[in-house]
Amino acid sequence: MALLEVRGLHVRFRTGDGIVSAVNGASYSVDRGRAIGIVGESGSGKSVSALTILGLTRFPNSRIEGSVLFEGRDLLKLDADELRAIRGSRIAMIFQDPMSSLHPLYKVGWQIVEAIRAHEDVSRRVAYRRALDSLTEVGIPSPEERMSSYPHELSGGMRQRAMIAMALALDPDVLIADEPTTALDVTVQAQILELIRKLQQERGTAVILITHDLGVVAEMVDDVAVMYAGRVVEHGPLAAVLERPTHPYTWGLLQSIPRLDAPRSARLHPIPGLPPSLIRVPSGCPFHPRCAYAFEACPRKDPPLFASEPGHEDACLLPAAEKRRIGSSIAAAPRAETAVSA
Amino acid sequence: MAELAERTPPAPRRRRPGGGLALWSVLTSSMARYIARRILWGIFLLIVVSGITFLIFYAFPSADPAALRAGRQATPALIEQIRHSLGLDKPLYEQYWIYMKGLVLHFNLGYSYQNDVSVRSQIFDRLPVTLSLTVGAVVVWMLAGIPTGIISALRRRSPIDRLTMGGSLVAISAPVYFLGLVGLFLFASDIGRVHLLPGAGSYVPLTQDPKQWFLSLLMPWFVLAAAFAAFYARMVRANLIEVMSEDYIRTARAKGLSERRVVGRHGLRAALTPVVTMAGLDIGLLLGGAVLTETVFNIPGIGRYAYDSIINSDLPAIQGTVLFGAVFIIGANLVVDVLYAFIDPRVRY
Repeated sequence: MALLEVRGLHVRFRTGDGIVSAVNGASYSVDRGRAIGIVGESGSGKSVSALTILGLTRFPNSRIEGSVLFEGRDLLKLDADELRAIRGSRIAMIFQDPMSSLHPLYKVGWQIVEAIRAHEDVSRRVAYRRALDSLTEVGIPSPEERMSSYPHELSGGMRQRAMIAMALALDPDVLIADEPTTALDVTVQAQILELIRKLQQERGTAVILITHDLGVVAEMVDDVAVMYAGRVVEHGPLAAVLERPTHPYTWGLLQSIPRLDAPRSARLHPIPGLPPSLIRVPSGCPFHPRCAYAFEACPRKDPPLFASEPGHEDACLLPAAEKRRIGSSIAAAPRAETAVSA
Repeated sequence: MAELAERTPPAPRRRRPGGGLALWSVLTSSMARYIARRILWGIFLLIVVSGITFLIFYAFPSADPAALRAGRQATPALIEQIRHSLGLDKPLYEQYWIYMKGLVLHFNLGYSYQNDVSVRSQIFDRLPVTLSLTVGAVVVWMLAGIPTGIISALRRRSPIDRLTMGGSLVAISAPVYFLGLVGLFLFASDIGRVHLLPGAGSYVPLTQDPKQWFLSLLMPWFVLAAAFAAFYARMVRANLIEVMSEDYIRTARAKGLSERRVVGRHGLRAALTPVVTMAGLDIGLLLGGAVLTETVFNIPGIGRYAYDSIINSDLPAIQGTVLFGAVFIIGANLVVDVLYAFIDPRVRY
């Protein structure tokens, strides 16, 4: 059994415009010491599904179905106090924008100490010590001074390091990183990813990395889940998904990324159209209105998951041989040469 | 000798940047310059305010102060004599010059046209009265407004939210002279339906009779505080709702903090900072005289004095109260801005 398993998750929000189906039966899982990348456009449900793991989408206007199994316990069924004991200490989360994610009126050190003392009955002094160690571990220069800095006194990269230090101070089993590098400069992005990977490998933390950036995924993870319109349309080991992609949406994503090994005259192929409305999700396969390979069955039949090889599945109605043929012609280059999109 | 060796003074402690010295260095450097600049500006503003008050008084004469003073059956000669003795026959600029000279050199606000009493002493005598009224009202509206706003924000769209926010609209819309009269007609011991509280004109100083002081001010406090409480409730509600949707609140929840702590330490800390600004400005405004409340309840404060001096065309008294109010407002602005540097670390001068 996986350490953390999201199974058939549905998240719907009642809004003034109608019911928004943000997540529609998404399933994925991650194990100790492994990293999974959740990839998709804005509105694909990747962030909402991750926030739901921690119960951060429990609003009066939301409806959540399915299950989130953590060590066999369904987090969706826990009450607020039981869930709170897990938040931060067993499953920690870092967010996209480290400026707005840290409280602007409290010192960085105070915020880390608070996280530690929320879960462990330790003295202020001990918690301070551990917060300092945590800042040191994430590579913040002169950590002692930074403890008494306010977030606005730190650069974007340093703030994200501080967020990571806060998340890791309690040595969680799972780290959810929601677009951790999107708001950062490209050079800093690489450092932050390097840091997350290093910590993951040293501590054996399971990592769920949410990103719209396939380049980030190629650098970082063991498994990939591609999400579209609130569901997982393709998932499998990194190499399998990049080298033998079997879903037309994954093909589209791969073709829209510049590659170092392609001729300079090669054009990028953006996916036509816009992400679907989550209030009126297209019938059948939600990708069919934008899919170049759609045929008559697509608008009518909601595709189940087909295994193209062990551990590698996709939700596409095309015949398996067809998917293999097209996929191999589009496939990404071997991992080492994969272009990193900026 | 051994004892002496032991008593060698310890090495001077090095001050870390950001340590205890930071406050002091802030006070002496940029902030001190900022405060000095603001005070100079304030003085300039006061000169402008006094000039404008002076001009308004002469441009729109309500009544001839000399005639008022002379009484009903005054001869023209007597009026002229009074005019001369008050200095009202001098050219306007000269009158202003004499006034400003007295003010700057002797902090003299002049003497009332009505009774020759020093305006300065009149105002200072009345300051404790206005202070009593203001402080009590501030306590009432903070205690009523802030918790109401917090509850409304946390129970958004609930019946209690709709009730308090609807009620606050009524309170904001009800003028003090209306609310005050309603209060008097209902509860005053002389004209009220229920003889519950002392009515208008019952004020006694705190030092004379604390119980009577408290009872006589109870109704004015609530009447004055009503609109402020409503306004603060709405402001706190709006701020807190906005803050609770911030990313750092999500972070606080993701850390596993209790909802109580998320709201109390993270939400309110950010939502209540603007309240400090508003409270400072409102207190400054009221210290200059709560004219309507003091008039309705006949409380002998600065506001009542301002009202009387306008009725009597008593220029020195009008000038005095206007300048006094302006000093409080300018001062409150400055205090609030300086205070902000301490409650919001992002603010620098």
